[in-house]
Amino acid sequence: MSAAAGIAEAAPGTGPGQRALRRFCRHRLALGGLAMVLLLVLACGLGPYLVPYGPLHIDLGVRFSAPFLGPHLFGTDQLGRDLLVRLLMAGRVSLTIGFAAMLISTAAGTLIGAVAGYFGGSVGAALMRFVDAVLCFPQIFLLLALAAFITPTLASITLVIAATAWMEVARVVEAEMKSLRERDFALAAEVLGASDFHIIFRELLPNAVAPIVVAATLNVARAILLEAYVSFLGYGIQPPTPSWGNMLNNAQEYLVTAPWLAIFPGVMIALAVSGFNFVGDGLRDALDPRLERS
Amino acid sequence: MTGFLLRRLGQSLLLLWLVSVIGFAVLHLAPGGPLAEFTLTPGMTAAELKRIAHQMGLDRPLPVQYWEWFRRMVVGNWGRSYRDNQPVLWEIGARLPATLELMISSTLIAVLLGTWIGVLGAVRRYSIFDSLATVGAMIALSIPTFWFGLVVIYIFSVLLGWLPPGNLHTTGNSSFLNYAWHLIAPATVLGLVTVAIWSRYMRSSMLNVINQDFVRTARAKGLPQRVVLLRHSLRNALLPMIAIAGLQLPTLLGGALVTETVFTWPGMGRLFLDSIGYRDYPVVMGILMLSALMVIGSNLVADILYAVADPRIRLR
Repeated sequence: MSAAAGIAEAAPGTGPGQRALRRFCRHRLALGGLAMVLLLVLACGLGPYLVPYGPLHIDLGVRFSAPFLGPHLFGTDQLGRDLLVRLLMAGRVSLTIGFAAMLISTAAGTLIGAVAGYFGGSVGAALMRFVDAVLCFPQIFLLLALAAFITPTLASITLVIAATAWMEVARVVEAEMKSLRERDFALAAEVLGASDFHIIFRELLPNAVAPIVVAATLNVARAILLEAYVSFLGYGIQPPTPSWGNMLNNAQEYLVTAPWLAIFPGVMIALAVSGFNFVGDGLRDALDPRLERS
Repeated sequence: MTGFLLRRLGQSLLLLWLVSVIGFAVLHLAPGGPLAEFTLTPGMTAAELKRIAHQMGLDRPLPVQYWEWFRRMVVGNWGRSYRDNQPVLWEIGARLPATLELMISSTLIAVLLGTWIGVLGAVRRYSIFDSLATVGAMIALSIPTFWFGLVVIYIFSVLLGWLPPGNLHTTGNSSFLNYAWHLIAPATVLGLVTVAIWSRYMRSSMLNVINQDFVRTARAKGLPQRVVLLRHSLRNALLPMIAIAGLQLPTLLGGALVTETVFTWPGMGRLFLDSIGYRDYPVVMGILMLSALMVIGSNLVADILYAVADPRIRLR
């Protein structure tokens, strides 16, 4: 579909005022999401320096301090460790894994999708059937099956999450490449004798950036959720290194006596994930007017 | 129709075969492979390990091993659990009903509540309700299911004492009401996700329909809004949802696994996690393969049903 046709097709039957209002609302949500993400990154990046306790500092004298009452703003856990600084340090781990897993899975998905879409034929078909097959496994099942049999480290957990999250990007890129490679500028590049490598990476992929960015943003959200879950089950980041997931695992035991231990990490996960989801959704609307998501 | 059926069946079989290759690869990719459990046993000597590997046929070339594994799997011999030596399929079969109970009940919630939210959102597009539903669905999909489960347990079991904190039913009490009482919390937790997804798809499906000519015709005939919406629009808008329901099965299965872990629900997801804990490879593989099978099967069924239900679909 050409860009001109796309514009002509965009949302018939809605007034410009309504559309502007809607775009504003959507924009506001995306901006809010962006603000949440930036705030979290800042807080997790700088925050631990501002809190006068270390994440591993044990003080048995103040076990289970309730939040908002004493010197420990968010309370303490069963070892008297400050919850706030642990939440922020955990945020570093969770956000790092989210970003890194997104980068790896997006790179892998883009590469596979680009090769499949550009070359097509039996190679493309084989690659895409492989994508279909991997998608038949519920992601969490596949992830746990892989995560349970590796030694959990930051790097290995990231890799395993990325290994189960590249398929959707591959599908998106394949579809884009298929249509882009038939366009005149791609044919022109081919006639001029450009190499396949040049055509894929310099001519076609830059035109497919928008959907890739959208998928990548949503991938960060999913990766954070998955990391939290895997760590919650004990197969992810191992204590004493805090991650939102393993903090929740620990909190489960003290649900009755110290519910704040369970509430705060969950809120942090929800904030981070919804932040990225809002941004991704906003980007989808902003970058691709053709979609005009209803 | 026959051509379409055969083609879809062929595609599914090809997918099934690919899935088996991937499953086999996962089995052998893991450090230690199917022997992982035995390498951890204390006092295990290299010679002993080699004997077990030989016994299990793990010293043969991979294609041969794959063929042996595949041949048995096709006829329903999925091996025996390392833990209690029961046939894998039997173990899974014992746990599957609990998972299905959870999945079906939360799907029912999604169909009832999600349809209503979606239709209302589409009819009153861009209203406050619609915006709230949109934002609400996105937040619902961002809340970690396992954490939401913990919160529900804390509020309704710990604080209020209204609902049981888990399990399928009270031991010794297997009345329908007791089952239903235990189902409320987990079905709601999983339902949050399914409602969010279903309402989004329902809304866009409904929007597609209410802008079509036949709806305008119905309105022009002077039919009341209710009849136009329910009899003419909703019936058509529900058709593509058959396919969506099929496509969403992996999400639903994954969500059920997460929910089961929080509510100590004795279903397939719980079994999966226990088996991972014990490194019970045959059961892990079995559940992995069965879930993929369910996904392929449901997609096939959804496709066929959709084609049968909607005569406008050209069968290709």
